[in-house]
Amino acid sequence: MSLLSKKDQGFLKDPLMDNNPIATQVLGICSALAVTVQLQTAVVMSIAVISVISFSNVLISLVRNKVPSNIRIIVELAIIATLVILVDQILKAFLYDISKQLSVFVGLIITNCIVLGRAEAFALQNKPWPSFLDGVGNGLGYSMILIAVAFGRELLGSGTLFGFQVIPDAAYAAGYQNMGLMVLAPGAFILLGLIIWVQRAITGVAE
Amino acid sequence: MASKPRITKAYTLGFAAAVTMVCSVLLASAATLLKERQDRNVQLDIKWNILSVLDLVESRDVEAEEVFRLFDSNVRTYVVDPAGNKVDGKNAEEVDPKSEPDLLPVFARVDGDVTAAYCIPTQGKALWSTVKGYIALENDLNTVKGITFYSHGETPGLGGEIDKEWFTEGFKGKTILDENGAVVSIHIVKGKLRGGEADLEHKVDGISGATLTTKGLNEFIKYTLDRYEPFFKTVRGVAS
Repeated sequence: MSLLSKKDQGFLKDPLMDNNPIATQVLGICSALAVTVQLQTAVVMSIAVISVISFSNVLISLVRNKVPSNIRIIVELAIIATLVILVDQILKAFLYDISKQLSVFVGLIITNCIVLGRAEAFALQNKPWPSFLDGVGNGLGYSMILIAVAFGRELLGSGTLFGFQVIPDAAYAAGYQNMGLMVLAPGAFILLGLIIWVQRAITGVAE
Repeated sequence: MASKPRITKAYTLGFAAAVTMVCSVLLASAATLLKERQDRNVQLDIKWNILSVLDLVESRDVEAEEVFRLFDSNVRTYVVDPAGNKVDGKNAEEVDPKSEPDLLPVFARVDGDVTAAYCIPTQGKALWSTVKGYIALENDLNTVKGITFYSHGETPGLGGEIDKEWFTEGFKGKTILDENGAVVSIHIVKGKLRGGEADLEHKVDGISGATLTTKGLNEFIKYTLDRYEPFFKTVRGVAS
Protein backbone atom coordinates (compact mmCIF):
# COMPACT_ATOMS: atom_id res chain seq x y z
CA MET A 1 0.00 0.00 0.00
CA SER A 2 1.83 3.00 -1.17
CA LEU A 3 0.65 6.52 -1.84
CA LEU A 4 2.65 6.65 -5.03
CA SER A 5 3.09 4.02 -7.72
CA LYS A 6 6.53 2.48 -8.23
CA LYS A 7 7.09 4.67 -11.26
CA ASP A 8 6.06 7.83 -9.41
CA GLN A 9 8.39 6.94 -6.55
CA GLY A 10 11.15 6.67 -9.10
CA PHE A 11 10.52 10.24 -10.29
CA LEU A 12 10.86 11.43 -6.73
CA LYS A 13 13.76 9.26 -5.55
CA ASP A 14 15.97 9.05 -8.59
CA PRO A 15 17.25 12.65 -8.40
CA LEU A 16 18.01 12.24 -4.69
CA MET A 17 20.86 9.81 -5.18
CA ASP A 18 21.49 8.13 -8.54
CA ASN A 19 20.79 11.19 -10.62
CA ASN A 20 21.38 14.02 -8.17
CA PRO A 21 21.38 17.34 -10.07
CA ILE A 22 24.36 18.76 -8.18
CA ALA A 23 26.46 15.72 -7.38
CA THR A 24 25.94 13.73 -10.58
CA GLN A 25 25.06 16.33 -13.17
CA VAL A 26 27.03 19.13 -11.49
CA LEU A 27 24.34 21.73 -12.20
CA GLY A 28 23.44 24.73 -10.06
CA ILE A 29 26.84 24.96 -8.42
CA CYS A 30 27.09 28.76 -8.21
CA SER A 31 24.22 29.22 -5.81
CA ALA A 32 25.28 26.12 -3.91
CA LEU A 33 28.55 27.88 -3.15
CA ALA A 34 27.06 31.25 -2.36
CA VAL A 35 24.28 30.57 0.10
CA THR A 36 25.81 27.79 2.17
CA VAL A 37 27.72 29.80 4.77
CA GLN A 38 24.79 29.36 7.15
CA LEU A 39 22.14 26.66 7.45
CA GLN A 40 19.31 29.14 7.71
CA THR A 41 19.94 30.75 4.33
CA ALA A 42 20.56 27.32 2.78
CA VAL A 43 17.20 26.04 4.04
CA VAL A 44 15.29 29.08 2.81
CA MET A 45 17.07 28.88 -0.55
CA SER A 46 16.18 25.17 -0.75
CA ILE A 47 12.51 25.85 -0.13
CA ALA A 48 12.57 28.59 -2.76
CA VAL A 49 14.20 26.31 -5.33
CA ILE A 50 11.87 23.37 -4.59
CA SER A 51 8.79 25.55 -5.05
CA VAL A 52 10.11 27.15 -8.23
CA ILE A 53 11.11 23.85 -9.88
CA SER A 54 7.95 21.96 -8.97
CA PHE A 55 5.53 24.70 -10.03
CA SER A 56 7.44 25.59 -13.19
CA ASN A 57 7.42 21.89 -14.11
CA VAL A 58 3.66 21.66 -13.56
CA LEU A 59 2.89 24.84 -15.51
CA ILE A 60 5.19 23.94 -18.38
CA SER A 61 3.76 20.45 -18.51
CA LEU A 62 0.24 21.93 -18.65
CA VAL A 63 1.04 24.02 -21.70
CA ARG A 64 3.40 21.48 -23.32
CA ASN A 65 0.97 20.58 -26.13
CA LYS A 66 0.00 24.18 -26.79
CA VAL A 67 3.34 25.93 -26.83
CA PRO A 68 4.76 26.61 -30.30
CA SER A 69 8.15 24.91 -30.35
CA ASN A 70 9.95 27.92 -31.86
CA ILE A 71 9.25 30.09 -28.82
CA ARG A 72 9.29 27.27 -26.29
CA ILE A 73 12.45 28.35 -24.41
CA ILE A 74 11.18 31.92 -24.08
CA VAL A 75 7.87 30.72 -22.70
CA GLU A 76 9.64 28.44 -20.24
CA LEU A 77 11.85 31.32 -19.10
CA ALA A 78 8.86 33.64 -18.73
CA ILE A 79 7.13 31.11 -16.50
CA ILE A 80 10.25 30.44 -14.44
CA ALA A 81 11.06 34.14 -14.11
CA THR A 82 7.53 34.92 -12.97
CA LEU A 83 7.72 32.25 -10.28
CA VAL A 84 11.14 33.41 -9.12
CA ILE A 85 10.03 37.03 -8.83
CA LEU A 86 6.98 35.90 -6.87
CA VAL A 87 9.19 33.98 -4.44
CA ASP A 88 11.50 36.99 -4.12
CA GLN A 89 8.58 39.33 -3.39
CA ILE A 90 7.18 36.98 -0.78
CA LEU A 91 10.57 36.67 0.93
CA LYS A 92 10.96 40.46 0.98
CA ALA A 93 7.55 40.79 2.61
CA PHE A 94 7.79 38.02 5.18
CA LEU A 95 11.45 37.09 5.71
CA TYR A 96 13.20 40.40 5.08
CA ASP A 97 16.44 39.68 6.94
CA ILE A 98 16.98 36.39 5.17
CA SER A 99 16.07 37.90 1.82
CA LYS A 100 18.75 40.53 2.42
CA GLN A 101 21.33 37.82 3.05
CA LEU A 102 20.27 35.82 0.01
CA SER A 103 20.38 39.08 -1.98
CA VAL A 104 20.78 38.37 -5.68
CA PHE A 105 20.77 34.61 -5.35
CA VAL A 106 16.99 34.26 -5.22
CA GLY A 107 16.78 36.21 -8.46
CA LEU A 108 19.49 33.99 -9.89
CA ILE A 109 17.28 30.90 -9.48
CA ILE A 110 16.07 31.95 -12.95
CA THR A 111 19.47 31.05 -14.33
CA ASN A 112 19.79 27.91 -12.22
CA CYS A 113 20.38 25.27 -14.84
CA ILE A 114 18.42 22.68 -12.87
CA VAL A 115 15.13 24.54 -13.35
CA LEU A 116 15.35 25.04 -17.11
CA GLY A 117 17.00 21.64 -17.45
CA ARG A 118 14.06 19.84 -15.86
CA ALA A 119 11.59 21.89 -17.89
CA GLU A 120 13.29 20.91 -21.13
CA ALA A 121 14.18 17.35 -20.25
CA PHE A 122 11.09 16.29 -18.35
CA ALA A 123 8.11 18.64 -18.16
CA LEU A 124 7.85 19.03 -21.94
CA GLN A 125 7.36 15.27 -22.40
CA ASN A 126 5.35 14.33 -19.33
CA LYS A 127 1.98 14.89 -17.66
CA PRO A 128 1.65 17.45 -14.85
CA TRP A 129 1.66 14.99 -11.91
CA PRO A 130 4.91 13.18 -12.80
CA SER A 131 6.39 16.58 -13.69
CA PHE A 132 5.48 17.86 -10.26
CA LEU A 133 7.11 14.85 -8.59
CA ASP A 134 10.17 15.23 -10.78
CA GLY A 135 10.39 18.90 -9.75
CA VAL A 136 10.08 18.10 -6.06
CA GLY A 137 12.61 15.27 -6.42
CA ASN A 138 15.20 17.42 -8.16
CA GLY A 139 14.56 20.28 -5.74
CA LEU A 140 15.12 17.92 -2.83
CA GLY A 141 18.24 16.51 -4.44
CA TYR A 142 19.60 20.06 -4.74
CA SER A 143 18.52 20.89 -1.18
CA MET A 144 20.13 17.80 0.29
CA ILE A 145 23.55 18.79 -1.01
CA LEU A 146 23.01 22.46 -0.14
CA ILE A 147 22.09 21.65 3.43
CA ALA A 148 24.89 19.12 3.83
CA VAL A 149 27.44 21.70 2.64
CA ALA A 150 25.90 24.42 4.82
CA PHE A 151 25.96 22.09 7.85
CA GLY A 152 29.68 21.52 7.43
CA ARG A 153 30.48 25.15 6.69
CA GLU A 154 28.50 26.64 9.54
CA LEU A 155 29.73 24.05 12.05
CA LEU A 156 33.41 24.29 11.11
CA GLY A 157 33.46 27.92 10.04
CA SER A 158 31.40 29.56 12.78
CA GLY A 159 30.94 26.84 15.40
CA THR A 160 27.17 27.25 15.21
CA LEU A 161 24.15 25.46 13.71
CA PHE A 162 21.14 27.59 12.72
CA GLY A 163 22.89 30.41 14.61
CA PHE A 164 23.09 28.50 17.90
CA GLN A 165 26.54 27.89 19.27
CA VAL A 166 27.31 24.18 19.39
CA ILE A 167 31.06 24.18 19.98
CA PRO A 168 31.37 24.68 23.75
CA ASP A 169 33.25 27.68 25.12
CA ALA A 170 35.58 25.26 26.86
CA ALA A 171 36.83 24.08 23.47
CA TYR A 172 37.67 27.65 22.45
CA ALA A 173 39.37 28.18 25.79
CA ALA A 174 41.45 25.07 25.13
CA GLY A 175 42.68 26.58 21.86
CA TYR A 176 40.08 25.42 19.32
CA GLN A 177 39.61 27.87 16.49
CA ASN A 178 36.91 28.29 13.86
CA MET A 179 38.14 27.42 10.40
CA GLY A 180 38.06 30.69 8.49
CA LEU A 181 38.46 28.89 5.18
CA MET A 182 34.97 27.39 5.56
CA VAL A 183 33.35 30.83 5.55
CA LEU A 184 34.95 31.63 2.22
CA ALA A 185 34.04 30.15 -1.16
CA PRO A 186 36.94 27.64 -1.24
CA GLY A 187 35.43 25.94 1.83
CA ALA A 188 32.32 25.17 -0.21
CA PHE A 189 34.38 23.83 -3.10
CA ILE A 190 36.25 21.47 -0.83
CA LEU A 191 33.14 20.19 0.96
CA LEU A 192 31.21 19.86 -2.28
CA GLY A 193 34.10 17.94 -3.81
CA LEU A 194 34.18 15.57 -0.84
CA ILE A 195 30.41 15.05 -1.02
CA ILE A 196 30.54 14.32 -4.76
CA TRP A 197 33.37 11.87 -4.16
CA VAL A 198 31.45 9.97 -1.48
CA GLN A 199 28.23 10.05 -3.50
CA ARG A 200 29.93 8.68 -6.60
CA ALA A 201 31.73 6.02 -4.65
CA ILE A 202 28.35 4.80 -3.41
CA THR A 203 26.41 5.00 -6.67
CA GLY A 204 29.30 3.94 -8.85
CA VAL A 205 28.72 6.73 -11.37
CA ALA A 206 31.63 7.46 -13.65
CA GLU A 207 32.00 10.17 -16.24
CA MET B 1 -0.14 11.88 -27.72
CA ALA B 2 -2.53 14.81 -27.80
CA SER B 3 -2.90 16.47 -31.18
CA LYS B 4 -0.54 19.40 -31.62
CA PRO B 5 -2.23 22.64 -32.67
CA ARG B 6 -1.31 23.82 -36.14
CA ILE B 7 1.47 26.36 -35.67
CA THR B 8 0.88 29.56 -37.60
CA LYS B 9 2.60 32.90 -37.06
CA ALA B 10 -0.61 34.31 -35.65
CA TYR B 11 -0.93 31.43 -33.21
CA THR B 12 2.65 31.92 -32.02
CA LEU B 13 2.12 35.64 -31.52
CA GLY B 14 -1.17 35.07 -29.74
CA PHE B 15 0.39 32.48 -27.47
CA ALA B 16 3.29 34.77 -26.57
CA ALA B 17 0.87 37.62 -25.86
CA ALA B 18 -1.28 35.42 -23.63
CA VAL B 19 1.71 34.18 -21.61
CA THR B 20 2.96 37.75 -21.20
CA MET B 21 -0.45 38.96 -20.06
CA VAL B 22 -0.91 36.21 -17.49
CA CYS B 23 2.62 36.66 -16.08
CA SER B 24 2.40 40.43 -15.82
CA VAL B 25 -1.03 40.42 -14.17
CA LEU B 26 0.24 37.89 -11.67
CA LEU B 27 3.38 39.87 -10.85
CA ALA B 28 1.64 43.24 -10.73
CA SER B 29 -0.96 41.98 -8.29
CA ALA B 30 1.65 40.29 -6.10
CA ALA B 31 3.74 43.47 -6.02
CA THR B 32 0.74 45.63 -5.10
CA LEU B 33 -0.50 43.26 -2.42
CA LEU B 34 2.87 42.87 -0.74
CA LYS B 35 4.07 46.46 -1.10
CA GLU B 36 2.87 47.68 2.27
CA ARG B 37 4.59 44.86 4.15
CA GLN B 38 7.82 45.29 2.17
CA ASP B 39 7.93 49.04 2.77
CA ARG B 40 7.43 48.45 6.46
CA ASN B 41 10.35 46.01 6.46
CA VAL B 42 12.61 48.53 4.76
CA GLN B 43 11.56 51.22 7.25
CA LEU B 44 12.15 48.86 10.12
CA ASP B 45 15.60 47.98 8.84
CA ILE B 46 16.60 51.66 8.48
CA LYS B 47 15.33 52.50 11.96
CA TRP B 48 17.02 49.47 13.46
CA ASN B 49 20.34 50.49 11.91
CA ILE B 50 20.05 54.05 13.21
CA LEU B 51 19.15 52.78 16.68
CA SER B 52 22.04 50.37 16.63
CA VAL B 53 24.74 52.97 15.79
CA LEU B 54 23.22 55.25 18.43
CA ASP B 55 23.60 52.37 20.89
CA LEU B 56 19.88 52.16 21.63
CA VAL B 57 19.43 48.53 20.59
CA GLU B 58 21.87 45.70 21.02
CA SER B 59 20.72 42.74 19.01
CA ARG B 60 18.59 41.91 16.04
CA ASP B 61 16.00 40.13 18.17
CA VAL B 62 13.98 43.23 18.93
CA GLU B 63 10.27 43.23 18.18
CA ALA B 64 9.21 45.49 15.31
CA GLU B 65 6.91 47.52 17.60
CA GLU B 66 9.75 48.05 20.05
CA VAL B 67 12.00 49.40 17.27
CA PHE B 68 9.32 51.89 16.18
CA ARG B 69 8.65 52.88 19.81
CA LEU B 70 12.34 53.38 20.68
CA PHE B 71 12.86 55.38 17.53
CA ASP B 72 9.88 57.65 18.17
CA SER B 73 10.73 58.30 21.80
CA ASN B 74 14.53 58.62 21.62
CA VAL B 75 15.43 59.93 18.19
CA ARG B 76 14.81 63.46 16.92
CA THR B 77 15.14 63.83 13.18
CA TYR B 78 15.73 66.94 11.16
CA VAL B 79 17.29 68.09 7.92
CA VAL B 80 20.08 70.63 7.49
CA ASP B 81 21.62 72.20 4.40
CA PRO B 82 25.36 72.22 3.58
CA ALA B 83 25.66 75.71 5.11
CA GLY B 84 24.58 74.32 8.44
CA ASN B 85 21.07 75.78 8.64
CA LYS B 86 18.04 73.71 9.51
CA VAL B 87 15.60 73.12 6.68
CA ASP B 88 11.98 73.09 7.71
CA GLY B 89 9.23 70.90 6.40
CA LYS B 90 11.36 67.97 5.29
CA ASN B 91 11.22 64.46 6.67
CA ALA B 92 14.75 63.21 7.34
CA GLU B 93 13.74 59.63 6.64
CA GLU B 94 12.43 60.48 3.19
CA VAL B 95 15.41 62.40 1.88
CA ASP B 96 16.71 60.81 -1.29
CA PRO B 97 20.45 61.50 -1.50
CA LYS B 98 20.42 61.14 -5.29
CA SER B 99 17.75 63.72 -6.14
CA GLU B 100 18.25 65.98 -3.12
CA PRO B 101 22.01 66.07 -2.53
CA ASP B 102 21.77 69.33 -0.63
CA LEU B 103 19.49 68.01 2.07
CA LEU B 104 21.42 66.41 4.90
CA PRO B 105 19.38 64.32 7.33
CA VAL B 106 20.39 64.18 10.98
CA PHE B 107 19.17 61.65 13.52
CA ALA B 108 19.90 62.87 17.02
CA ARG B 109 19.64 60.69 20.10
CA VAL B 110 18.06 62.58 22.97
CA ASP B 111 18.26 61.39 26.56
CA GLY B 112 15.70 63.55 28.34
CA ASP B 113 16.64 67.10 27.29
CA VAL B 114 20.22 66.39 26.34
CA THR B 115 21.29 65.45 22.85
CA ALA B 116 23.59 62.53 23.51
CA ALA B 117 24.72 61.62 20.02
CA TYR B 118 24.26 62.37 16.33
CA CYS B 119 23.77 59.87 13.55
CA ILE B 120 24.23 60.79 9.89
CA PRO B 121 23.79 58.68 6.77
CA THR B 122 26.75 58.18 4.48
CA GLN B 123 27.04 56.49 1.15
CA GLY B 124 29.35 56.26 -1.81
CA LYS B 125 31.00 54.03 -4.34
CA ALA B 126 33.37 51.35 -3.15
CA LEU B 127 34.83 48.69 -5.45
CA TRP B 128 31.73 47.08 -6.97
CA SER B 129 28.78 48.81 -5.49
CA THR B 130 27.31 51.75 -3.67
CA VAL B 131 27.85 51.22 0.03
CA LYS B 132 25.30 52.73 2.40
CA GLY B 133 25.77 53.20 6.09
CA TYR B 134 25.41 55.38 9.14
CA ILE B 135 28.01 57.13 11.26
CA ALA B 136 27.21 58.13 14.83
CA LEU B 137 29.21 60.78 16.68
CA GLU B 138 29.18 61.56 20.40
CA ASN B 139 27.79 64.96 21.34
CA ASP B 140 31.27 66.51 21.10
CA LEU B 141 30.84 65.87 17.36
CA ASN B 142 34.36 64.59 17.24
CA THR B 143 34.42 61.12 18.77
CA VAL B 144 32.93 58.28 16.72
CA LYS B 145 30.24 56.41 18.62
CA GLY B 146 29.61 53.78 16.01
CA ILE B 147 29.42 53.02 12.33
CA THR B 148 27.40 50.56 10.31
CA PHE B 149 27.17 49.57 6.67
CA TYR B 150 23.78 48.08 5.96
CA SER B 151 23.73 47.80 2.20
CA HIS B 152 26.56 46.90 -0.13
CA GLY B 153 27.49 44.50 -2.90
CA GLU B 154 31.16 43.97 -2.09
CA THR B 155 32.85 40.57 -2.37
CA PRO B 156 31.73 38.34 0.52
CA GLY B 157 34.67 37.49 2.74
CA LEU B 158 36.79 40.38 1.42
CA GLY B 159 35.17 43.81 0.94
CA GLY B 160 31.98 42.30 2.33
CA GLU B 161 33.64 42.21 5.75
CA ILE B 162 32.84 45.92 6.15
CA ASP B 163 29.48 44.99 7.66
CA LYS B 164 31.12 42.75 10.27
CA GLU B 165 31.44 43.76 13.88
CA TRP B 166 35.21 43.22 14.11
CA PHE B 167 35.68 45.89 11.47
CA THR B 168 33.11 48.46 12.61
CA GLU B 169 34.20 48.06 16.27
CA GLY B 170 37.55 49.59 15.31
CA PHE B 171 35.92 52.96 14.57
CA LYS B 172 34.57 53.39 18.09
CA GLY B 173 36.34 56.10 20.08
CA LYS B 174 38.33 57.39 17.09
CA THR B 175 38.19 61.13 16.44
CA ILE B 176 37.51 63.01 13.23
CA LEU B 177 39.15 66.37 14.05
CA ASP B 178 42.84 67.21 14.35
CA GLU B 179 44.23 69.47 17.09
CA ASN B 180 43.37 72.60 15.03
CA GLY B 181 39.76 71.54 14.64
CA ALA B 182 40.01 70.64 10.97
CA VAL B 183 38.22 67.54 9.66
CA VAL B 184 40.73 64.75 9.00
CA SER B 185 38.07 62.02 9.01
CA ILE B 186 38.93 58.41 9.79
CA HIS B 187 41.45 56.61 7.68
CA ILE B 188 41.25 52.87 7.12
CA VAL B 189 44.84 51.74 6.75
CA LYS B 190 46.21 48.98 4.55
CA GLY B 191 46.59 45.89 6.72
CA LYS B 192 46.53 46.03 10.50
CA LEU B 193 47.58 48.82 12.82
CA ARG B 194 50.76 47.87 14.63
CA GLY B 195 50.52 50.61 17.19
CA GLY B 196 52.97 53.43 17.41
CA GLU B 197 51.85 55.03 14.13
CA ALA B 198 51.31 58.76 14.06
CA ASP B 199 47.69 59.94 14.34
CA LEU B 200 46.51 56.62 15.73
CA GLU B 201 43.30 58.26 16.89
CA HIS B 202 42.23 58.76 13.25
CA LYS B 203 43.19 55.31 11.95
CA VAL B 204 41.40 51.98 11.78
CA ASP B 205 42.48 48.42 10.95
CA GLY B 206 42.07 47.58 7.28
CA ILE B 207 40.84 44.38 5.63
CA SER B 208 43.38 42.35 3.72
CA GLY B 209 42.20 41.76 0.17
CA ALA B 210 39.83 44.72 0.33
CA THR B 211 42.13 47.66 -0.29
CA LEU B 212 39.93 49.14 -3.02
CA THR B 213 36.75 48.79 -0.97
CA THR B 214 38.30 50.57 1.99
CA LYS B 215 39.75 53.23 -0.31
CA GLY B 216 36.20 54.01 -1.42
CA LEU B 217 35.04 54.07 2.20
CA ASN B 218 37.82 56.48 3.18
CA GLU B 219 36.81 58.84 0.39
CA PHE B 220 33.08 58.94 0.99
CA ILE B 221 33.28 59.05 4.79
CA LYS B 222 35.55 62.09 4.53
CA TYR B 223 33.20 63.62 1.95
CA THR B 224 30.17 63.11 4.20
CA LEU B 225 31.92 64.54 7.27
CA ASP B 226 33.05 67.58 5.26
CA ARG B 227 29.50 68.20 4.09
CA TYR B 228 28.13 68.11 7.63
CA GLU B 229 31.00 70.09 9.15
CA PRO B 230 29.32 73.55 8.84
CA PHE B 231 26.33 72.21 10.78
CA PHE B 232 28.56 70.47 13.32
CA LYS B 233 30.49 73.73 13.81
CA THR B 234 27.34 75.62 14.75
CA VAL B 235 26.38 72.87 17.21
CA ARG B 236 29.85 72.82 18.78
CA GLY B 237 29.77 76.65 18.97
CA VAL B 238 26.56 76.59 21.00
CA ALA B 239 27.80 73.89 23.31
CA SER B 240 31.14 75.48 24.21
